[in-house]
Amino acid sequence: MNIDFILVNFNYWICVILLLIGLFTTIAKENLIKKIMGLNILSTSVLLFLVSLGDIEGGAAPIIVPGVEVDIYVNPLPATLVLTGIVVSVALTGFALALIIKIYEEYGTLDAEKLIKG
Amino acid sequence: MMTVGHFPILVVMVPLMAAYLMPVLGLWRRRLCYPLATVSIFISFCISLVLVRSVMASGTISYHLGGWMPPWGIELVVDYLSAFMCITITFISLLTVVYSENYINKELPTGKTTLYYTLLMLVIGGMLGVVVTGDLFNLFVFTEVFSIAAYALVAIAGKREAFIASFRYLLMGAIGTSLVLLGISYLYAITGTLNMVDLSVRLQPWYGSSIVSAALAFLIVGFSIKTALFPLHTWLPDAHSIALSPISVMLSALVIKVGAYAIIRTLFTVFQPGFITEVVPVAPVLTWLAAAAILIGSLFAISQTDLKRMLAYSSVAHIGYVVLGIALATEMGMTGGILHIFNHAMAKGCLFLCAGAIIYKTGLRNISDLTGLGVRMPITAAAFALSALSMMGIPPTAGFFSKWFLCMGAIEAGGWIFAIVILLGSLLTAVYYFRVLYVIYFGEHKHVEQVGTDEVPPGMLVPIAILALGCILFGIFVGIPLSVVEPAVRVLLGI
Repeated sequence: MNIDFILVNFNYWICVILLLIGLFTTIAKENLIKKIMGLNILSTSVLLFLVSLGDIEGGAAPIIVPGVEVDIYVNPLPATLVLTGIVVSVALTGFALALIIKIYEEYGTLDAEKLIKG
Repeated sequence: MMTVGHFPILVVMVPLMAAYLMPVLGLWRRRLCYPLATVSIFISFCISLVLVRSVMASGTISYHLGGWMPPWGIELVVDYLSAFMCITITFISLLTVVYSENYINKELPTGKTTLYYTLLMLVIGGMLGVVVTGDLFNLFVFTEVFSIAAYALVAIAGKREAFIASFRYLLMGAIGTSLVLLGISYLYAITGTLNMVDLSVRLQPWYGSSIVSAALAFLIVGFSIKTALFPLHTWLPDAHSIALSPISVMLSALVIKVGAYAIIRTLFTVFQPGFITEVVPVAPVLTWLAAAAILIGSLFAISQTDLKRMLAYSSVAHIGYVVLGIALATEMGMTGGILHIFNHAMAKGCLFLCAGAIIYKTGLRNISDLTGLGVRMPITAAAFALSALSMMGIPPTAGFFSKWFLCMGAIEAGGWIFAIVILLGSLLTAVYYFRVLYVIYFGEHKHVEQVGTDEVPPGMLVPIAILALGCILFGIFVGIPLSVVEPAVRVLLGI
């Protein structure tokens, strides 16, 4: 594996690194808030991957303007998919945080180890 | 008629629109929420019946959302399998909603009634959306819709443990859907399309490349979490046993089955049967996991003392039967697997409704406390017995036929070991259900004063009775579900 391979695909490498950080945080951290942060990093890395697929260097926004000739347009579909993904992710985070408030009210702790013991 | 052409979208939109109307209606008249929920699901049920009839008459229905032609626009595809799932979902949901009224009036604070029905409609609408869509990204969005509503419905019980159970379900489920989205974006990256039929054509030149294998792995793992396939089932026992009983029915009978549906679509519509059995052997791996699920789920169920927790572990075992049938990828095996989706939905739905009825009347959850129930609640106890027989697979109940087809499929595929696992699983199922039946009918009376019948109100008894009779009727007249399942399998396997 040479250095060029890493540099050309650096956006994918960053996505992979973020994905692994997110997955690790979600699984390994004991604090429920940190778990949700991990989940957010995980889903953001997937969305970042998806949005970076659609971009082309030097591509124009995919809107036809009369009289302007453009060779390359960027693909608009990944951006719309990512918008939907962001909405889903926000709903999920909102609900998870509401749940965490309830858990804290009931148990007085956010530590997963203590919560499992009851 | 003009509207008939729009039925594929209407079956999804009627419950979803009801979900949007519900909070507004709840502010004005809280009593109207229950009729609105019942009516909208009933309309959806009727539409599903029409869809099945028209699929059987004229083949697959393709509906172009907003008039955009596929693969650019979103396409809804109703084939035999989708129509079959629509009927299953709307049938069980209708009975659950009817059952809900009395149950939640007692078990939920009145302020939460509106929210309960709103979320229930969202779950049902989301599940129907998953089964009718022909677009992979659309499938992901609807998966998230019903998942988030399901997490909230687990938490709505308001008990301490419910919040933890919901949180665990949420963590697992959210990781699963993130992996699904990653798998979808891999497929999109190499083919530039999201339409399932279009994908299956454009993917063929890419078979053998590592990116396709990675995408398949992400999709299968993601949907396996949703299906609660062993060893990813850890969220299920808590969530299914702590939730309110009507919600347990929705989760155990339908939500995990929709995950299994997504696995079927991934394996057989997006990819080819030859690819998943030979090039990348996903199907053999799934058969072994499913066999492990059957045995381990049953063993855990035997060791439970709480009735609903036992039923939840039984779901882990029985989703194993469904996935085993699918992953065998033979005609008989898949017929058994898909038929078991319907049979298990009826039997497990009935069992959870009975468990709910027992909690409603007596507040008892421990199996050893259920003594004398055969006298006290004779109809509930009889329904429990009938559906338990169907779970064990005793002829002529419905469960017998799905297990029969599964066994034949295992032998057809040359997997004798799986046939043995299926039989052993049935024996273990008999162990834990007969234990409960023994306590209900022959257990020693602890409280002598509790004699005379004391049944739940008819609004709860009728759904229980319908499902219990269904377990028998769809066993005797097994040709009715088979007339939809068999063509569905032939379409999926391309024979």
